[in-house]
Amino acid sequence: MRCTMSHDEKKENPVSIAEEKKAKKADLREMTSCPSTLQMLKKLEADGHDSVFTRAAEMKPCPIGAESACCKHCFMGPCRLNAKDPYARTGVCGATIDTIAARNFARNVAAGGAAHTDHGMVMLDVFRDVVNGKVAHFKVQDEDKLRNVAMSIGIPTENRSVKDIANDLYSELERTYTQVEGEIPFAKRVPPKTLELWRKHGIVPRGAMREIMELMHRTHMGVDQDYNNIVRQCSRTALADGWGGSMVATEISDILFGTPEPRVAGVNMGFLREDQVNILIHGHEPLLFEGMIAASNDPANIELAKAAGAKGINLLGMCCSGAEVLGRHGIPHAGNFVSAEPIIATGAVDAIGVDVQCIMQALPKMADCYGTKFFTTNPRAKIEGATHFEFHEREPLEAPNKIIAMAVERFRNRTAKIVIPQRQDWGVHGFSHEYVNYMLGGKFRGSYTPLNDNIINGRIRGVAGVVGCTNPRVKQDWVHVELVKELIKHNVLVVQTGCSQIALAKAGLMKPDAAVLAGEGLQEVCETVGIPPVLSLGSCVDNSRILIACAEMVRIGGLGDKISDLPVAGAAPEFMSEKAICIGQYFVASGVYTIFGVTFPTVEGTKFHELLFNGLEEQGFGKWGFATDPIEMAGMMIDHIDKKRAALGLTEKRERKLFSMEDRRAAAE
Amino acid sequence: MSRLVAFAAIQGAYNIVSKAEGKFKQAMDKYGPNQPIGFPNTAFYLPIIYSILGIKIEKLGEAEPVMKRCRDLLPKHIKAEHNIHLPYLGGTLDCGMAAILAEEVVEAIRYVEDPDFYRLGEECDVENKRIWLGAADDTIMRKRGIEFVDGSAPGFAAIVGAAPDPETAKKIAEDYQKKNLYIFMCANQNGTSFSEQLVEAGVQIGWPTRLVPFGPDISAAVFALGFANRAAMAFGGVKPGDYKTVLKYNKERIFAFVNAFGEVNAEWAANAAGAINWGFPTIADTDIPEILPTGICTYEHVVSSVPYDQVTAKSIEVRGLKVTITEIPIPVSYGPAFEGERVRRDDVYVECGGGKTPCFELVRIADMDTVEDGRVEVIGPEVKDVPVGTRLPLAVVVEVAGRKMQEDYEPILERQVHHLVNYAQGVMHIGQRDIAWYRIGKQAVDKGFAFEHIGKILHAKYHQDFGAIFDKCQVKIYTEEANVRELLSVAQHAYRIRDERIEGMTDEGTETYYSCTLCQSFAPTHVCVISPERTGLCGAYNWLDCKASFEINPTGPNQPIQKGDTLDPKLGNWKGVNDFVFKASRQSISSYNFYSLIYDPMTTCGCCECIAAVLPMCNGIMTVNREYAGMTPSGMKFTTLAGTIGGGNVTPGFVGHSKYNVTQRKFVLGDGGLARLVWIPKMLKEELRDRIIKRGDEMGIANFYDMIATEEQGTTEDEIYAFLEQAGHPALTMDSILG
Repeated sequence: MRCTMSHDEKKENPVSIAEEKKAKKADLREMTSCPSTLQMLKKLEADGHDSVFTRAAEMKPCPIGAESACCKHCFMGPCRLNAKDPYARTGVCGATIDTIAARNFARNVAAGGAAHTDHGMVMLDVFRDVVNGKVAHFKVQDEDKLRNVAMSIGIPTENRSVKDIANDLYSELERTYTQVEGEIPFAKRVPPKTLELWRKHGIVPRGAMREIMELMHRTHMGVDQDYNNIVRQCSRTALADGWGGSMVATEISDILFGTPEPRVAGVNMGFLREDQVNILIHGHEPLLFEGMIAASNDPANIELAKAAGAKGINLLGMCCSGAEVLGRHGIPHAGNFVSAEPIIATGAVDAIGVDVQCIMQALPKMADCYGTKFFTTNPRAKIEGATHFEFHEREPLEAPNKIIAMAVERFRNRTAKIVIPQRQDWGVHGFSHEYVNYMLGGKFRGSYTPLNDNIINGRIRGVAGVVGCTNPRVKQDWVHVELVKELIKHNVLVVQTGCSQIALAKAGLMKPDAAVLAGEGLQEVCETVGIPPVLSLGSCVDNSRILIACAEMVRIGGLGDKISDLPVAGAAPEFMSEKAICIGQYFVASGVYTIFGVTFPTVEGTKFHELLFNGLEEQGFGKWGFATDPIEMAGMMIDHIDKKRAALGLTEKRERKLFSMEDRRAAAE
Repeated sequence: MSRLVAFAAIQGAYNIVSKAEGKFKQAMDKYGPNQPIGFPNTAFYLPIIYSILGIKIEKLGEAEPVMKRCRDLLPKHIKAEHNIHLPYLGGTLDCGMAAILAEEVVEAIRYVEDPDFYRLGEECDVENKRIWLGAADDTIMRKRGIEFVDGSAPGFAAIVGAAPDPETAKKIAEDYQKKNLYIFMCANQNGTSFSEQLVEAGVQIGWPTRLVPFGPDISAAVFALGFANRAAMAFGGVKPGDYKTVLKYNKERIFAFVNAFGEVNAEWAANAAGAINWGFPTIADTDIPEILPTGICTYEHVVSSVPYDQVTAKSIEVRGLKVTITEIPIPVSYGPAFEGERVRRDDVYVECGGGKTPCFELVRIADMDTVEDGRVEVIGPEVKDVPVGTRLPLAVVVEVAGRKMQEDYEPILERQVHHLVNYAQGVMHIGQRDIAWYRIGKQAVDKGFAFEHIGKILHAKYHQDFGAIFDKCQVKIYTEEANVRELLSVAQHAYRIRDERIEGMTDEGTETYYSCTLCQSFAPTHVCVISPERTGLCGAYNWLDCKASFEINPTGPNQPIQKGDTLDPKLGNWKGVNDFVFKASRQSISSYNFYSLIYDPMTTCGCCECIAAVLPMCNGIMTVNREYAGMTPSGMKFTTLAGTIGGGNVTPGFVGHSKYNVTQRKFVLGDGGLARLVWIPKMLKEELRDRIIKRGDEMGIANFYDMIATEEQGTTEDEIYAFLEQAGHPALTMDSILG
């Protein structure tokens, strides 16, 4: 029996069936390099179910949309241009390919930025209610971080109570969203020369709501029709995400739930337990998961599980919900975005709770096929046909208790055959900015100096952020893993977030022993500090940790005075979401060369494409890049890093400077 | 392979902290929490704990939170979970710090339990086998610390363990001495220590020869680190508890490193990890795992398997230290480290001066044509011509010529003779001019040292240090009584004329003063301005020295300042000086006065020889020299005063000054001058006796010298007031000092 609605619909259409049959022949091994996912894809196939992988194989991307050559912004159209000859005609209103693609891109940025900033705002809501006592369950767990964040934006902390500081911090950070004039608070953390460039171009964000609203307005029919001007507001909006919404989300999550420190934690489907009630939490915000952790430790719930014959309650993470708690609490992570359907095929998942973002509508259907209970919990994200247990931060155990009860129920009545892939991949997770400081010098000498020093002396060539989603249009995890291996081999230290980091964790690259795959210099540094060559930073909002790291590298000195001077590069090789576009744009606007894989929503050779891929760099920002082959992508990143090293004068071997008394005297100046 | 080092260090730190906790508990049980503890004569309490944690420990019980902190700092042991370990560098550095803090408490307890274990002062008592010196007191720290400030000691080597044999130890020590470094020694290798090896090899150890035996245990490493941290507080003005700045100061300004000789055990590893917090790397002779990436230290952190004949060169390279070695064509080792070495009576081969024979030295300017550069002539018997134990008369006459040479520079060059000759190993020099006293030791003579070499030393060093102010230099050494006596009267005449000329110089008659920022290597915001009648507060630089120094190095630390308009003649305030100070102090000081300690006195760094303070009840002032360790009527010891006013601040009511300045005419003249001086330590009073009497006569106060109180009359204002009244001290009837 097939459970998918699409199947029934497509039955009516003989063409679809033909395509489907063709797709069936596609080699599953070409779809993923994750052995557990592959095993489950085979099971899905055997069980007669489709998945994101097979649907992707069945449905070619819309060729016009893929190159962003269609416009649906008014009803004189929709209009489509010819990507092969982009300037041959315009839309009905006269919009050029540049206007159309830039507006489409802007809508992506607006949606992606809205997702992160809304996430951050929810965190801030909870923070406010924790501070004023309306939320009793959560509290400020990391007071040091509270003080440091407050200090970083000029809030006095000396001799003040946690409550006072927290109140001030709340009101300050609220401006990130609601402010209509001025600069968002975390602009204070931007290296002065980078901030100067933003001011010169008028792109320092005022407040996220204002920027997103303005961007939506500008992309309405008949408003902003200069792609340069549209891109400027894209940058401003994206920066309101990176240095705004996302950063608030990260900082407040750390303050409320603890700043991550490295811990040995596991990923992969092998952490499902046949003899336990398995509950998977999927989505993005940490709140539901924190509630689930508390509820699953409640003796009453454990009793409930035991009464049903289970040995206990086993929580697992998925996607960025999982990434939030992997580093913070060491909760095992079951897999990244595209593994969400396959894992259900294990039959071992008793319940899935989801909040927001990247929840495929196909999931409840698939859950249904294997008897897995599926619950939406966030009023923003309901799915037709799914049960909704709304999560309230003021009663954070209520929805989790219900989910657990239903999961136990399902455990008791498991009928599906249970097949659990046995892989468990251990690694080190939880490198926060604070811990990186600590690990490079301890409590007394903590700083980024050793990082900068070893970049300057060439042991580390540069730093790369490899982040982003997984996408069924490329072989799952493969681009991430091959790219990262190539980078570390060339002494590029890699930092990771989101689904990308789960790909590398599954490949074993987050073990310190993986340093053997790194070049000699990086290997030596890894051995000295005791780290893997690939650092796991957290969820996708935690890309803000990479921004902070860049700012700190500039502040420590020796690597230029702007983020764009740093020998760093970024990549999202298997991206799929609009959030990724927004993240990419805030990295580019901050000064980082950022390369995407899979596809890119522009027509090569157009002025808009040229602006993103070159023009922005000429203006002093970073720039976009595109490549699908991981080795080629690594080569582009390394070339860029080398270019920056050369500009900093770091190419030649340096003589050891010996310090005389005159040098010491001069050091005073 | 630094995981192994980290593993060992963490284990070692657990041992050290656990033992320290045991020791602490035992001491608490035995002596109780109110037992006073501390190191001798210091205002810095237990200096590492004070500087890093900001905790003042005066009683045993106060160490309790420190012990707790040590425990809290210990990281988890490195163990692999699923074959995976967590990052360990941060924890390793923390455990090193825990070990060092705990050891400082242990050493403080040792001072209570076994008060005679460490010998007080600079020198060892080798005969009675009391060689361990323990914590340097503040007098030593300030005196020796200045050598780190002015660069005459570029750093120190902390030697842990023992060399394979005494001869190797001696070679390494002499090599460091030649490089002008201090050697701080601690710990032992199977009961043998580097210090004892040096004694066995016949090397003089102690502060004067820069070979300092701190203690036989690894815990004595805290004395080296404590010395460094006190330098940061005393000279760098770093605030106690500001650990980040303290440690950064050490990394950037105190060029120290560790030499680990012999098997490195876990406790040594913990101490090495501790030292890395300071930016001090470890260079070892054994094949311990290396840690080469840079960052916490300037360059490598651990370098191993270094052969003994390369260890000194490798060590200074790893630390990133530039050392200029003085190669002098003489048969003995040469360098400041040998300055403090003694030649004892039994070791003397030949002796000149010292009241037994006439002896003097004279530098004078000569015509270019009459000087043959590098010529050294010995007129009379050479060393080899006389038997052991001979006393000879001696005249050392140096003639210098050159287009830039001036008569003013004669005394500057002549004053160098004392330390330049002293730098030769096995040669001792005391005094100057016609009270000079030379001893040449048997060992030096065995190696071939002769009178001729005194000339070689002066020729070579003058060229090296003062080459910019002269071109040619020749030396004549007379050892026959008749010659010496004849030339002595010439010399004495020259001294007299020279003194009169310098005495005659006044601030009013001089338009150009000189800045001195020599100390900015250690005290980054301090700036001295030196006028003819106000010598530098360190005592090392007078106006002429600065002038010569500027000639020698026009972009160096002594720059001419046009004093400009006189804004206040009484207090000594000039516009040009103020402008300069404002700039050089990085806009923190806009004006200061030369002749007052009440109104905006000159800034003071940690290097001053003396500190003067107002005594309001006596309507006068006191001054105290660095060497005086006792209490003063200001209620503070020297070291506390220095801690209060040092660091480049203007502190009304207090001012740092040189000893010589006390009897200069402008000494606190704006506040009433020397007549205000009501108290001074006896040792300083006696040192300045003749000059104070002379100034007293000039001021027209009969018996002024006898009116000044010392610690014999008291160390409180109440105690000395009666004496002053009885003596009829002029201060009591002067205008109120506070105006």
